[in-house]
Amino acid sequence: MTRILGVLGLLVVLYTTLIASHPNAGKLDNLIGVANLQGRFGIITLGAALVIIVGGIDLSVGAVVGCSAVLFGVMMNDGIHPFLAVPIVVAFGGIVGLTNGLLITRLKLQPFLVTLCGMFVFRGLARLLGGTLGQASIIEGHPDFRDPLRTLRYLLIGKSPSDGELLFPAQFVLLLVLAGVVGFFLHRTAYGRYWYAIGHSELAAKYAGVNVSRQRVAIYMTCSAFAAFTGVLLFLDAPSVQSDNAGFAWELYAILGAVLGGCSLRGGEGTAVGMVLGAMVLPVLENLVNFRGDASDVIPVVIGLTLLLGAIVDELIRQRSRVHK
Amino acid sequence: MTTPRLQVTAARKEFPGVIALDGVSLTLAPGEVLAVVGENGAGKSTLMKIVAGVYQADAGDVLLDGAPIHFAGPGDAVAAGVILIHQELNLAENLTVLDNLFLGREVTTGGGLRVLNRRAMAERAAGLLKRVGLPASRIFARVESLAPGEKQLVEIARALGTDVRVLIMDEPTSSLTQRETETLYEVIAALKAADVSILYISHRLAEVKQCADRAVVLRDGRNAGELAKADITHDNLVRLMVGRDLKQFYPKTHRTAGGGTPVLTLRGLRYRGGPETAASFEVRAGEILGMAGLVGAGRTELSEAVFGVRPIVAGELLLNGQPLRVSSSADAIEAGVLLVPEDRRLHGLVLAESVGFNLSLPNLARLSSRFGVNRSEEADLHRTWIERLRVKTPSAAQPVGLLSGGNQQKVVYGKWLARGPKVLILDEPTRGVDVGAKAEIYALIDDLAGKGVAVWMITSDMEELLGMSDRVVVMHEGHVAGELQGTLTEEAVMRLATGGTAT
Repeated sequence: MTRILGVLGLLVVLYTTLIASHPNAGKLDNLIGVANLQGRFGIITLGAALVIIVGGIDLSVGAVVGCSAVLFGVMMNDGIHPFLAVPIVVAFGGIVGLTNGLLITRLKLQPFLVTLCGMFVFRGLARLLGGTLGQASIIEGHPDFRDPLRTLRYLLIGKSPSDGELLFPAQFVLLLVLAGVVGFFLHRTAYGRYWYAIGHSELAAKYAGVNVSRQRVAIYMTCSAFAAFTGVLLFLDAPSVQSDNAGFAWELYAILGAVLGGCSLRGGEGTAVGMVLGAMVLPVLENLVNFRGDASDVIPVVIGLTLLLGAIVDELIRQRSRVHK
Repeated sequence: MTTPRLQVTAARKEFPGVIALDGVSLTLAPGEVLAVVGENGAGKSTLMKIVAGVYQADAGDVLLDGAPIHFAGPGDAVAAGVILIHQELNLAENLTVLDNLFLGREVTTGGGLRVLNRRAMAERAAGLLKRVGLPASRIFARVESLAPGEKQLVEIARALGTDVRVLIMDEPTSSLTQRETETLYEVIAALKAADVSILYISHRLAEVKQCADRAVVLRDGRNAGELAKADITHDNLVRLMVGRDLKQFYPKTHRTAGGGTPVLTLRGLRYRGGPETAASFEVRAGEILGMAGLVGAGRTELSEAVFGVRPIVAGELLLNGQPLRVSSSADAIEAGVLLVPEDRRLHGLVLAESVGFNLSLPNLARLSSRFGVNRSEEADLHRTWIERLRVKTPSAAQPVGLLSGGNQQKVVYGKWLARGPKVLILDEPTRGVDVGAKAEIYALIDDLAGKGVAVWMITSDMEELLGMSDRVVVMHEGHVAGELQGTLTEEAVMRLATGGTAT
């Protein structure tokens, strides 16, 4: 609870500073743009956070996002209809997660190691698949894909079919919907109980008759499927994607969002609301740095220090509450 | 004869390098409480884990109500009504009592979605908690906020919530208070009446006498004997467990009468996070000062303050009459005030490392020269202490975590004895240690006291307290409730420990 209030407080401070920083910052256009980014990061945060809750880690998220975005483009280039390509890409993510999950649960490999390897493999795969891909070139090759692509772009990104202007933060809406589903499973069903139990004490779950491996695999599949879907969003939103940097380092943004939102890296902790709030921090922060006119090089430093500060405050609160127990 | 509820025939289990079970058999009738007794390493835990589906036997049969069973995992056993209440608690501490009670068998609606039906679960949970004597208000408490005894009761309540046919209790009272233990006995009686069969594993022989219908004794992975209820006596059990008579369990041979000069003195000591009341007492050369108190009385915390792990905020600490400042455990160790901690696996040993590594650890400065650690001196030290303490290990290179509890504990003693202690603080010195090793450890403690070491022994084991102590200090809710000398009785100790006054 304190964690949620904490990140909520941080968001209030960030938004206030942002709006005060520049007259254009508070305009609806800008806020919608920020919300759209929050939505996209939020979706991978949900997946990463679930993995963290069951006591794992997924470092392959960013590479899967990139690989999926490229795969999406390549498939359409080869004439696969956009409406068909989306589910195929998501299924690709599911298979990636299945592989991660099976390696971790059956061969007992460490999640860090498995997904670190995945990070290289899928980044490399993206580069093998293609270099730079954009919607314009696809439409050039397949004029009949123009309308389906525009429909997808409107539904999933919120961009106008006619002029491509951002009308509403569809990615944020998607985040809320998915967070609702995640929250439902996490807080209202037996599966959620298992995930918390597994993350905190795998043995306790096992002795209670929970099929720990199956739950873990399901979570890794969810995480990678979310990442793959985010790849689709990235492709639809950007004029073009480049295989060597699409989604680069996003796994860290996802982990960051999860931790800011109250997931403990030790596992067994975290809420759906927290994940959404945690994922909202980074895009605001970036936007704020941009509006202040600071060099964009300063962004990583600001992010790092903000998280560190958060961690320190969190630990101080934790220690204090322990003394008062 | 009716079909036994559970029948184990010639069970065999081998681990790399160890034969844990070598043809063990037992039968358990419906509604019977069968105690399984044996030293650590005798094979009790392995046997229980085979019955509960955690391990699979290499050979032999397990029959449940006459039908052979082959559990692939604990889940199968739970489904068949065979529930193991493990010695190390198996609760998810981050979840509530309610969540834990129903973990793995939630009451749900919505079919495959498995939406939790909290109301139905809460209603049933209240009933379950009542049966183990816990207030219904605990339902929504997070397990981590409960006292150790309460957690144990939650585990038992969880087993009650299932169609349990065979309940395996592994050291169920290890963290229970006297009152909670009595509640447990009532629960056991009720389960018996409901025709549930119970396998009861315990180190505490008094308990076995109290609640078992029969006792099976294991030794070195084999059946060592069986005792009917009337024959369950301390002597009979120990003889079967160890395979020989134990003459003097609690030796008091070498010690100076009345103790010598005070070595460690606490004067109005208070530590951070501790109670408002200050603690004052002294430990004298050549005596064993027993410290009693209920779980949570603050004994461990006080010893940790003296050992420099908890900051001291008020009062004075004297060593041989000189003020002693401990701002870290390094200060205490340097001064010769050494602690054998309660949880050796967590605080006493680096489990994954070797026996030798652990013996060397606090002695490295002495073993080192400018050219690094002197290997031959180190090897001497290992040999000396492994021999002197009769640590049963193939070599000094053996990972200490693979030794039995008693031998692990000996390694903890060894690493300190190699330094030459002035004050030895023992926190539950024989917890989880088998009877044979216990006798050796008692002889060792007695010998140390005889050599003038001031021993401060914190223990919850009443027999150990009364048997070993020259003097007893009793703690109650964080403060020293009183001191007992001369003829020590359980009644006097309990009166002080529960807040009464000495008479």
